[in-house]
Amino acid sequence: MMKVTEPPKPLFQLRQLIYDTKYRSLTVQAIAMCLLVLFFSWLVNNTIQNLTALGKDFDFGFLTNIAGYDINQRLIEYSSTSTHGRAALVGILNTLLVAVLGCALATMIGIVAGVLRLSKNWIIARLMTIYVEGFRNVPLLLWILIIFAVMTESTPGPRDFRAGGSASMMLFDSVAISNRGVYIPFPVWGEGSGILIFVFLLSLISVWIFKRIAASRQQQTGIILPTFWISTGIVIISSIMTFFVLGQPVSLDYPTLGGFNFRGGLQLRNSLIALWLALSLYTGAFIAEIVRSGILSVSKGQTEAAYALGLRPNRTMNLVILPQALRVIIPPLISQYLNLTKNSSLAIAVGYMDVRSTLGGITINQTGRELEGMLMLGLFYLLASLVISAVMNIYNNSVKLKGR
Amino acid sequence: MKKLFLSCLSVALLGGIAMAGGHEKGTLAAVKERGKLVCGSNTGLVGFAAPDASGNWQGFDVDMCRAVAAAVLGDPSAVEYVPLTTGTRFTALASGEVDMLSRNTTWTFSRDVDLKFEFTGVNYYDGQGFMVPKSLGVTSATELDGATVCIQTGTTTELNLADFFRVNGMNYEPVPVETNSEAQQQYLANACDVYTTDASGLAATRASFENPGDHVVLPEIISKEPLGPLVRHGDHEWGDVVRWSLNAMVAAEEYGVTSQNVAEMAKGTNNPEINRLLGSEGNLGEMLGLSPDWARNIISTVGNYGESFERNIGSSTPIGLARGLNAQWTDGGLLYSPPFR
Repeated sequence: MMKVTEPPKPLFQLRQLIYDTKYRSLTVQAIAMCLLVLFFSWLVNNTIQNLTALGKDFDFGFLTNIAGYDINQRLIEYSSTSTHGRAALVGILNTLLVAVLGCALATMIGIVAGVLRLSKNWIIARLMTIYVEGFRNVPLLLWILIIFAVMTESTPGPRDFRAGGSASMMLFDSVAISNRGVYIPFPVWGEGSGILIFVFLLSLISVWIFKRIAASRQQQTGIILPTFWISTGIVIISSIMTFFVLGQPVSLDYPTLGGFNFRGGLQLRNSLIALWLALSLYTGAFIAEIVRSGILSVSKGQTEAAYALGLRPNRTMNLVILPQALRVIIPPLISQYLNLTKNSSLAIAVGYMDVRSTLGGITINQTGRELEGMLMLGLFYLLASLVISAVMNIYNNSVKLKGR
Repeated sequence: MKKLFLSCLSVALLGGIAMAGGHEKGTLAAVKERGKLVCGSNTGLVGFAAPDASGNWQGFDVDMCRAVAAAVLGDPSAVEYVPLTTGTRFTALASGEVDMLSRNTTWTFSRDVDLKFEFTGVNYYDGQGFMVPKSLGVTSATELDGATVCIQTGTTTELNLADFFRVNGMNYEPVPVETNSEAQQQYLANACDVYTTDASGLAATRASFENPGDHVVLPEIISKEPLGPLVRHGDHEWGDVVRWSLNAMVAAEEYGVTSQNVAEMAKGTNNPEINRLLGSEGNLGEMLGLSPDWARNIISTVGNYGESFERNIGSSTPIGLARGLNAQWTDGGLLYSPPFR
């Protein structure tokens, strides 16, 4: 019989927590964690203490109180007798409106400027360089204020549009550019316009089917159909024919001068236009650089190979270069969209009633609920940013290189 | 290494904040210790609070700050002015960034009770009016249906405006602006037809126009706007100092004490009320926690209420406001200081 004796276990000593590399990182992490928890609990405690010292409580009940102020641009029904919660919602929708419009325009400007900056034409390429460097190196707030000042100072007032005045409407008296904003005709949906929309959607579906057929035909026979002209034809001809068959159900409401201002039509306020253009031009400059880097990341061999196969330059760009460049472009593009959305909170500078101006401005001021208002504001921007990231990530997954 | 850095950072943060958050004294003691009053003022409203050509703040509301500084520190220039917009003023006061707010702010129930401030009196009885260009041909505020109105956000005027148009069944388009100068610029660019704010503010703004005669203030006054200085709720010693500094200016005018004759009168008069005010009799200053000559310092440097009014916004200035409601009660106005006793 043999007796197996276990080797004596070394006793754990406290100093090992610091000197033994096995434990040291654990110790440091534990200390850091404790301090962090301490810090946050102090922060919360301090807030509660100061709130009680001021005699204030933490309560979101103010959201159901009457707001009492008016908002000029509202996408949903709102009056001064609505609640603060509704005022916040009006602001949220205004923020989303300028964010969506801004992202769309910034993308268009960015792609065009980015591609043109690589142009072989010296003047065009230099002009785009000036645009990019000019816009991304001057603070956004200045661009917003500059565009707003130009819109209000250099355009005529509504009074100048009266008979004998110095200004006149454009495009057959349908568009008025004034210092209160741009007034454009607005469609009025009459009886039967539902059918028109249905036919329009139907034509879009048929175009989609046609494109699939054309694509499979090209796969099999190599014959390319002029899909662009045929699909445009399908949509326009079917829509116009239905429009007249139904007896013109959709009419346009033109802006007319009445009283102090224009009435009727759609008013795009100067604050919206200034904010929208400034955000788009500023972010567009960054997107142009992203697009340029994306295109340059596709090796020259790809272009040469496409040319060798006989593809024309624009097809090379659309079918070979851009799809590969997209993989490089999309991730930084997401952060530009997030920036644009958050930068829209500069709206207050020109009096655009976004969520920062309604909930984070007037409501906080009238109710004295700074903490609650700012928390809600922060939460909204966080949610909006996360949703934009999620959507763009889904798109990114669809274009990225699939591992086979 | 990163974890170590993080822990160091949190320790530093904790220590720093613990040190910064250690003031629990009354405002009066804090001001005396600092040797300077931090006063929240307007970002610029001629006659009420605006820097002059050499950068010194001047105006009717500024005089209120100077009076408190003179009472507490004996020096009316020991004031640091913090220009605040309508949107930032309450947060600045509540957070302790300024000791007091003297910035044509309307005394309302909810600000006094819900926002936890203490209004220490009224230094200007005002009301909301409308200003339009003469060329518009408007003679009454009830003709403003459909007009575009420039309005400072976060004010009582914003709420009055909404009420006024709703009650009269009229529509309007609000153009929100942050400051008076921004409103002025928008109004002069004709981006809005009407500018509405307190009537005194309209008069002050109009006085700074190139052609003041081209603009009219409409006759309607649609609200009561008692404007006055305010402090944080709960610090009653400090509230008393500000309240009685204002009352001292009002009472001085009532008793005929001016910056010219205050030195003479401080030697003693046959009016015990004046003697108590100027400290030659009784110990009112001591009760406030100030020196006996606190009111004398106010009147000799800033002047009495009437002097401050005439110097800054009275009929001899470009703003040209009449005393109206702001005359002494003995002249048919609303100014009425409680007795100094």
